[in-house]
Amino acid sequence: MRRRRGLVWIARHAIAIALSLMFLGPVVFIVLTALMTDEQALTSRLWPDQWNWGNFAEVFARSELLTWTANTFLYASLATIFMLMSSIPAAYALSRFRFRGSKVAFLVVISAMMLPPQVVAVPIYLVWARLGLTDSLWPLILPMLFGDAFSIFLLRQFLITIPRDYTDAARVDGCSDLRILLTIILPMARPAIAAVALFSFFYCWNDYYGPLLYAGVDQEGWTLSLGLATFKAFHSVQWNLTMAATLLVTAPVIVVFLFAQKVFIEGVTLTGVKG
Amino acid sequence: MAFTRREGVRALLWLSPWLVGIAIFFVYPLASTVYFSFHRYDLFTLEFIGLDNWRYAFSDPRLLQSGLNTLWLVVFMVPAQVLFALGVAQLLTKVKSGSSLLRTLFYLPSLVPTVAGTVAFVYLLNPATGPVNQVLSWIGITGPDWFGSAAWAKPSLTLLALWGAGNTVMIFLAALLDVPKHLYEAAAIDGAGAWRQFRDITLPVISPVLMFSAVTGVIYAVQYFTQAMIASRVASGATDSAGTSFTPGYPDGALLTLPQHLFQTGFRDWSMGLACVHALLLFAVSMVFTLVLLRQFSRAEAAS
Repeated sequence: MRRRRGLVWIARHAIAIALSLMFLGPVVFIVLTALMTDEQALTSRLWPDQWNWGNFAEVFARSELLTWTANTFLYASLATIFMLMSSIPAAYALSRFRFRGSKVAFLVVISAMMLPPQVVAVPIYLVWARLGLTDSLWPLILPMLFGDAFSIFLLRQFLITIPRDYTDAARVDGCSDLRILLTIILPMARPAIAAVALFSFFYCWNDYYGPLLYAGVDQEGWTLSLGLATFKAFHSVQWNLTMAATLLVTAPVIVVFLFAQKVFIEGVTLTGVKG
Repeated sequence: MAFTRREGVRALLWLSPWLVGIAIFFVYPLASTVYFSFHRYDLFTLEFIGLDNWRYAFSDPRLLQSGLNTLWLVVFMVPAQVLFALGVAQLLTKVKSGSSLLRTLFYLPSLVPTVAGTVAFVYLLNPATGPVNQVLSWIGITGPDWFGSAAWAKPSLTLLALWGAGNTVMIFLAALLDVPKHLYEAAAIDGAGAWRQFRDITLPVISPVLMFSAVTGVIYAVQYFTQAMIASRVASGATDSAGTSFTPGYPDGALLTLPQHLFQTGFRDWSMGLACVHALLLFAVSMVFTLVLLRQFSRAEAAS
């Protein structure tokens, strides 16, 4: 019995180590390649003969990386701020008020959340074209003023866990809805709000489909996703530069994660539990 | 529980921006998509053509191909991801040493931006200088052409999906840690082995989470766009700055998914009426799975 348990222990740890290597392997090879010289990137030698740190500077010099970063940041932060402004009140209403149709409203939220964005793309594109806003990122930012289904859903799932007694007591004392939201609900819902904000920001940061549809052909208006997608085509044989660009696009995300690790993990768990 | 009219009015007030949004970005475009599907429209001329778009769509071999590719993702990629994530999560509950390091390690790749991760995988798996085939050759295996071969392109994307499964791993891990300990202890006293404990205790307890994950996984698979598009583009070396031609799906249409076909038809060929037919088909497919999810939610709400 003892011996068997020992073997199980070894097997488990062996699998864990193998899995770690599989998860880590891609990152190691990407970093190694990003530091190779142009000549070596054409060969099959995996360890850099000489460490070419200049590749990162080269990426900045050869592409609009800074402009793309600024555009992406503007898109992600405006969209996130607008999303919070519109989604928190909606989630509040869905979680606090008893009214005819509240069930239906919640089912509409889920349906909207699950709707592939491509389904309604044609008519919405035509509206933005008529308003003259295609060739910009505004068609991706402005809709966030009207609430985002996924965020409303997550916030609502969190808000229903706040006991009614808190808000009922305040109501009896004559508190208005707005004051209840600002002074009671918001402080209690901070982890959920932080998680939703992070998800929204990251969604925009990663978004490729949206900018591909709306950002137009001028590189000045592109986001990081668009730029990185075409990077390889313009620097076709230089995998080293492409990998350096990949790392530069990924780095900010990892940095944010290391600072806000707890918010992430809490948020992720929030998406999975209620079901 | 009595509904009061005053509360209804207040709810309406608070929900009004979102309700306007639903009307503009959900109801109107959906109705409009149905309307356009009976018309020829290229941004300039609008002409009623009855069922021609529908007839054309169903005789379009690329539509069939893209539908089958999307189906492949639903049937193979989603289960692979769910099972893999469950396995990793289960392992994480058992391995005590360095567990927080392991968690971070498994979670981090899921944060890598989609485009960056896909570009990286095309490099890692490229047959000429890619490290994966070289490592394979050390142990005497000749690696396939991965993103360059029609047979291996979708499995390559599945590998990418497994690498990025950290999100699901964390969700499963939280669910597994929530299973009451005393259930296992009782089962162990009754002599139940590891497999029976997993089958009779773990699975039933975490099944709602598993189900939720599988259904949302399917819905994302139906929308699958970015990874396939980037993989085709980078592996084929083509650009898609408008004006140049890039036809998604390389190699041989193996990576052409339904949303990509829609995008190409509507926004590169500007056959917007036809694209609306694709959109409605996509809507029908996603609705089936959304209904499954909705049923599950109503059940959960009723239970709570």
